[in-house]
Amino acid sequence: MAKRSNLTRARLRAAWIFLAPMLIVLVLVAGWPLGRTIWFGFTDASLSNMSVYHFIGLDNYLVKSGGAYYGVLVDPVWWHAVWNTVRFSLISVSFETVLGLIVALVLNARFFGRAVVRAAILIPWAIPTIVSAKMWGWMLHDQFGIINDMLSHLGLISHPIAWTANPDTAMWAVIMVDVWKTTPFMALLILAGLQMLPSDCYEAARVDGVHPVKVFFRVTLPLVWPAVMVAVIFRMLDALRIFDLIYVLTSNSEGTMSMSVYARQQLVDFQDVGIGSAASTLLFLIIAALTIVFIFAGRVKVSD
Amino acid sequence: MLKKFLLPAAVAVMALGTVAQARAVEVSISCGAVGAELNICKSGAEAWAAKTGNTVKVVSTPNSTTERLALYQQLLAAHAGDIDVFQIDVIWPGILGQYFIDLKKYSKGAEKAHFKAIVENNTVGGRLVAMPWFTDAGVLYYRKDLLEKYGLSVPATWRELTADAQKIQDGERAAGNKKFWGFVFQGKAYEGLTCDALEWVDSYGGGDIVNAKGDITINNPKAVEALTMAASWPGKIAPEGVLNYAEEEARGVFQSGNAAFMRNWPYAWALGNSADSPVKGKIAVAALPKGGVNGKNTGTLGGWQLAVSKYSKHQAAAADLVMYLTSRAEQKRRAIERSYNPTIVSLYEDPEVLAAVPFFGSLRATFANAVARPSRVTGAKYNRVSSAFWNAVHDVLTGRATAKASLARLDGNLKRIKRGKW
Repeated sequence: MAKRSNLTRARLRAAWIFLAPMLIVLVLVAGWPLGRTIWFGFTDASLSNMSVYHFIGLDNYLVKSGGAYYGVLVDPVWWHAVWNTVRFSLISVSFETVLGLIVALVLNARFFGRAVVRAAILIPWAIPTIVSAKMWGWMLHDQFGIINDMLSHLGLISHPIAWTANPDTAMWAVIMVDVWKTTPFMALLILAGLQMLPSDCYEAARVDGVHPVKVFFRVTLPLVWPAVMVAVIFRMLDALRIFDLIYVLTSNSEGTMSMSVYARQQLVDFQDVGIGSAASTLLFLIIAALTIVFIFAGRVKVSD
Repeated sequence: MLKKFLLPAAVAVMALGTVAQARAVEVSISCGAVGAELNICKSGAEAWAAKTGNTVKVVSTPNSTTERLALYQQLLAAHAGDIDVFQIDVIWPGILGQYFIDLKKYSKGAEKAHFKAIVENNTVGGRLVAMPWFTDAGVLYYRKDLLEKYGLSVPATWRELTADAQKIQDGERAAGNKKFWGFVFQGKAYEGLTCDALEWVDSYGGGDIVNAKGDITINNPKAVEALTMAASWPGKIAPEGVLNYAEEEARGVFQSGNAAFMRNWPYAWALGNSADSPVKGKIAVAALPKGGVNGKNTGTLGGWQLAVSKYSKHQAAAADLVMYLTSRAEQKRRAIERSYNPTIVSLYEDPEVLAAVPFFGSLRATFANAVARPSRVTGAKYNRVSSAFWNAVHDVLTGRATAKASLARLDGNLKRIKRGKW
């Protein structure tokens, strides 16, 4: 390692001093609860009496007792929740990315009233999830909902659909509401990326008479890709811990349960802080693993 | 002479002063908000406040019992003293009892006038942790006018109910009401579905999930028969949305005149007969049908109790409020105005109560013999048992599993939850 100059050392010290308050706050508000959750995952703590608990090792994850296995890792409900969450995240984030990209391209063009449209498109993102979930719950209601009413007036359906009741349609209802809500977020992030693109490439393409579709795939997409990947990773992190939409909108049966809903049920409904913390820890690990995969996959494509 | 008179007077004035000072506190009570619960809870609590000079703060809580328990557990686990009086479900004394004070000191034997089974249910380790406030059992609501129109009598079995519901539904739809359904109930994956499904199973003689000895009994042919019958309803005689209905959603459909039959608790009677109800005067209540000729009429025992938090800063005043709200006069008022079942036995013979809610008399046997959820025997694990049960039933109702396969899987799940002992 090259010897550092005095100036570099002074700068490094200043950097650490400026970073310190943020790091301390981060440890307090993020590190401490995370560490506590991981620790409780190794105990038999119960919500009814949090002052008495014992260390039980990995028993919450997997334990053999009386010839049978117990623990989160062999709980079919948990694996079903994992599958539900991953399926939800992949489908909804894919839709949001494509739609967000389209919206961003539209907003990047110059047209009359662009400022108003930009502000208006953010409204779904600004509404608290719990409020939009309740709102959509009423709109999707099988007897009184406006969606069924409109569809039957258009003659598309003969009898009302119970969107949120059947686990098959309920998951699609959740995806639809999530896409409605977070496409603006994707659009905003991608738009920021689009506006930083150099204009000379486009001028050159125009002079050479390249077809706009080819320009999009050969110029715009590769250049904006890093911004898209950042947006996808942000959304993925968010989507994997989905809770409120599913909790409010669906019947909360095992058919639509997400990992967060599972962890909450163990922790609060069943008062089992140990199992709930173990599930939360697994959720954390799964999110971390998928994030790494996405960062890796995203970089590989950038270098293409 | 003057001294003789002054001294006791001064003592009396001082005593009055301290009493007034000690009593003027604010007591907060958590009431349910299903139907008209919140209003009648408020008026009762305010009458007590006016009588005693205290003030009362009424805190409303989520409608879903499952969510309400979650909220209570978070509050109580944090030792929060924000709520003095808790309205608790009949299945919770075992789960939450440790957080409540023993009310025996304040009740002075008043609990002896209430249903013995409920008082026993509310006694945990010899401590009376809650006073019975109102009791419940699932009942069948039906449209008198429609049964008459189609020449039907009140269905005695679930099979008859299915056929009658289909007949009325077909007729009403042909007459122009496209939104009309035969039967609505609580099919959402929550505690309410456990109540509904336990009624189906019990009516067929399929037991009560876990028997009093703690054996898991749910995987039996009678229970399979019951759930197979129920699985034939959604999408046919019940809207598919029933799979996401709790009490109030079901009442919404029935009370707007769009259903012939409804399973619900007695509270829906007063609302269904209120001045602005489209079905006012057209509805009646019967016991739930039997599961076949050899089955029995049943209903799941519900009901709510009042308990005082041990973290309350005003325990004496809070206990006084509990005793007032559970008193004979207040239970009578609630029965007449809002059809809440009293827990005081003698009120079932009170002519004014019977005039207001006629079915309290005719269904007395149903209320007295209601089937209890296995919350006593499964103790702190009851929530897990109930959750496994309602999920298994929900799978059957949505058609994702047959009753036979789902109950076999439930049997395995319950054994895992039990792990040797409850």
